[in-house]
Amino acid sequence: MRVILVDDEEELISALAERLSFRGIEADWATNAEETETLVSENQYDLAVLDVKMPKTSGLDLKRILQKIAPSMKYIFLTGHGSGKDFEAGAAEAGANYYLVKPVKIEDLVEKMKEAVGK
Amino acid sequence: MNCKLDIVCETGLQFFGKMSSSNFHEIKNALAIINENAGLLEDFSNMTSEGRIIDSERLMVLARKIMKQVRRTDEIVRNINRFSHSVDDFVKRVDVGETVGFVATISERFAVMRGVVLEPKHPETQVRIITSPFFLENLIWLCLDFAMNAAGDGKTVGLITEETESGARVRFTRLDALGESSENMFPTEREEALIKVLGAYLTVNTEAGEIILGLAKTI
Repeated sequence: MRVILVDDEEELISALAERLSFRGIEADWATNAEETETLVSENQYDLAVLDVKMPKTSGLDLKRILQKIAPSMKYIFLTGHGSGKDFEAGAAEAGANYYLVKPVKIEDLVEKMKEAVGK
Repeated sequence: MNCKLDIVCETGLQFFGKMSSSNFHEIKNALAIINENAGLLEDFSNMTSEGRIIDSERLMVLARKIMKQVRRTDEIVRNINRFSHSVDDFVKRVDVGETVGFVATISERFAVMRGVVLEPKHPETQVRIITSPFFLENLIWLCLDFAMNAAGDGKTVGLITEETESGARVRFTRLDALGESSENMFPTEREEALIKVLGAYLTVNTEAGEIILGLAKTI
């Protein structure tokens, strides 16, 4: 499985990518919409993990952009919000397969990733 | 619900909630970084127990990252604590320059999300007035919120505190797109209500790209 992780917190996303690699998941990462668009245009990913609240372009907006570049890519959203009701509605509207609240358990994330891509 | 909230109370509660949730969101981000880096340490620990050698410098880097996030969290908690205490006294002596800097600090995430840089400039000498600390913070935030939307392509908002004969003045500067924003939208009834409470005045100078908040020496 090859995934792309997107969050404006570089120290979070780089550590998460390394932990996923130890679990057999090839993970690239980006900290903004522009970097993500470039990576998704140049590579084939099964899944994108997007932070909902990012500067300039939100995770939900970024998903709409990426869908045009990689229509079959699946999505998982990460949120820092303690209360998930509003986010759940937003994620459902955006067609997210799954969402998780930060901080995430790596086992939960891997499980959701496998479910999302059907592996 | 039979009672109707006064607009000042309503605005104050919204401000309190907005700042609290934004700063708690920042704490969640810091905790998430601590979680992943501690998780990496755990992964490395498991690897060493399987006989793999891990560079000690790598472990040191992870430990430093965790400590950095603990310091970040501590600072956010201290700010939230200070913010919560700003309702303790309705009226007290306040350092305006310091209050402007504090509001800029707790609003930082909103600025980052909009790609705006805040540049508070502290006065050389303290500018002190007797006012309501919480409602002053609230009014500074409302001005700043509007100013960030009017920052234009420069994406920078200057915050300059000055002493005046009648008290103090806070200038929100470098608002390149102030002319493009509808002047009728600002001040709204929320700002007007707080202006009355604080005995303040607001001037929107489109040509200079500035909003000026004048504050009375005492309320």
